Amino acid sequence: MEVRSSSPTTMGEPSPSGRFGSFGGRFVPESLVGACKELEAAFRSAWADDAFQSEYATLLREYAGRPTPVTECRRLSDRLGVRVLLKREDLAHTGSHKINNVVGQALLARTMGKRRLVAETGAGQHGVATATAAALFGLECVVYMGAVDVQRQALNVFRMNLLGAEVRPVDSGSRTLKDAINEAMRDWVASVETTHYCLGSVMGPHPYPWMVRELQRVIGDEARRQCREVLGGDDPDFVLACVGGGSNAAGTFAGFVDTRAALIGVEAAGGAAIGHGVPGVVHGMRSHLLQDEYGQVLEAHSISAGLDYPGVGPEHAYLAEVGRARYVEAGDDEVLDALRLLSETEGIIPALEPAHAVAYVARAAGDEIPTGSTVLVTLSGRGDKDAAEVMELLG
Amino acid sequence: MSRVLSDAADETSPSGGGNAPVGSLEATLRAARDEGRKLLVPYVTGALTPHWCDVVRAVAAAGADGLEVGIPFSDPIMDGPTIQEASARALARGATPAGIVSELSGVDVEIPLAVMTYYNLVFRSGHRRFARRLVESGVAAAIVPDLPLDEVGEWARAADDAGVETVMLAAPTTADDQLEAICRRARGFVYGVGLLGVTGERDELATSARRMARRLKAVTDKPVLIGVGVSTPDQARDVCEDADGVVVGSALVRRLLEGGGPDEAAAFVGELRAGIDA
Ligand SMILES: Cc1ncc(COP(=O)(O)O)c(C=O)c1O
Repeated sequence: MEVRSSSPTTMGEPSPSGRFGSFGGRFVPESLVGACKELEAAFRSAWADDAFQSEYATLLREYAGRPTPVTECRRLSDRLGVRVLLKREDLAHTGSHKINNVVGQALLARTMGKRRLVAETGAGQHGVATATAAALFGLECVVYMGAVDVQRQALNVFRMNLLGAEVRPVDSGSRTLKDAINEAMRDWVASVETTHYCLGSVMGPHPYPWMVRELQRVIGDEARRQCREVLGGDDPDFVLACVGGGSNAAGTFAGFVDTRAALIGVEAAGGAAIGHGVPGVVHGMRSHLLQDEYGQVLEAHSISAGLDYPGVGPEHAYLAEVGRARYVEAGDDEVLDALRLLSETEGIIPALEPAHAVAYVARAAGDEIPTGSTVLVTLSGRGDKDAAEVMELLG
Repeated sequence: MSRVLSDAADETSPSGGGNAPVGSLEATLRAARDEGRKLLVPYVTGALTPHWCDVVRAVAAAGADGLEVGIPFSDPIMDGPTIQEASARALARGATPAGIVSELSGVDVEIPLAVMTYYNLVFRSGHRRFARRLVESGVAAAIVPDLPLDEVGEWARAADDAGVETVMLAAPTTADDQLEAICRRARGFVYGVGLLGVTGERDELATSARRMARRLKAVTDKPVLIGVGVSTPDQARDVCEDADGVVVGSALVRRLLEGGGPDEAAAFVGELRAGIDA
């Protein structure tokens, strides 16, 4: 197994211009520059403030249901010949890791005196989380969602509405996550004085990629302690997470970046920005991007709405470039198989997104993941939201 | 219009293209302003229709002082529904940045041309190559709304070296100290964004528009044009009470989307001209 040491700055603070290596930055219309700077300052001081940290920790514990457990998958491990542990973000309130980020950003919004949240959502999980936090804090909430995703994630649209949020379907472009982000940014351009853009992943302009990773590192920090308990003081050999924008992966990796664990991000085959993208600039950041020869952004196509994104968070582009993390792909069919496998062997129905990570483990076990290895997989969300779609696909 | 082309600007004239000399945007606008004229810079989406270059010619002849040509991008986050739709239609027709720029070399107009596009197209092409292409086609300037001051350096250096003017945008939320820095970096003109929001027609001129113009005029001698949300001749005239001129995009592009051709475009630009001259 390949062991790499990381430089002290790996997964530390980005440069003052928000760069991880050459990736990141703040490529936004002038109207938003001030808001990004204000947010950066607010986050910096909050993150260094014990009172903020303790309020955040209390909310995660009492409201979001943290810590989430690590579950040892005995039957799946027997089947695959590798020892599989799951970090159970599916057990967090609202059913995915997205709540960790949103609770932190809602606290920041309150600090900044913003009364309104806008968000984009693909699978609907980030939208549900944002609507939830908005309800908790008494904030107005508008969620942009591609019209295609509104169709395939109808349950989450209903949940957002119940929570008092307005869901605005987006009909432009590919009518998926990328276009929902465009629309949320356009809203923010127009409402920046009263509104916080609650971005759902480690992407967008600085400070979002850094801030969201810090708000999600609770996944990795908890998992590292928990793995050491289960593994008798050891770290796992492999740490895996699915990558859409990359927030559950970044949060997970942050806890293990200074261990010997091999870090592996699993992208959807039809949305593999690191696998097939080249450097580009969209949504306020320089990162890897699926684009044509002229720089027009290509549409991603994946069975999972949450991974249907042609870009990726800039820090992942950097981790790939320096070789600290590796990025692989899983295709729709093997993802459905993996969803079934985990359901049948462990009684855990995963969301389609983390089923990508499970699919890679299933494929690589005994090969790129040698027999007998210990493997931690972040199960970023539960499968309820996908039940209707999967029923049709498997039906 | 040749009255406003200075000799100095002529010397930078490129070999190709019959357009106004490259690098002439600021010189042209300053000269016109100094003669007491209010400035009109319409926006049209490149490659929107097969005969879009005729629209460019017609608009130039109808009293524009400069012209913005949009190079469509798949994800135009500064644009509202009208220009989004125009961009999508142009892309569906197979529009490419290189194609649009090279077609512009054949339009042969006497007013300076600027392209407006998003940074990824510039980045993908390569800064120097993009700048060189503009020069070769007789395009004077570029407007890249997702390159704020802190990120503009690499492109601006390439553009300066090639003789391409980079128009900078200022927004109602821009702090005063930033405003000055933006104006210092701006070439061609300073683009004051008239309201907090994306491009698109508005029923009334936002109060922020004239305030934006006054704030900019207080810190710079460069031509100050206000755009975004300036849609009618009356609105254009009002904002020109404080600004040196206006950029009008969506109101013109909508007419083209509705099937209007060069004649309709020219008629509308004529109305805008009459509005600000009144
Ligand atoms: C359950 C789940 N996992 C993963 C993702 C992908 O996001 P990220 O890569 O930011 O973790 C999503 C996005 O909607 C999701 O809902």
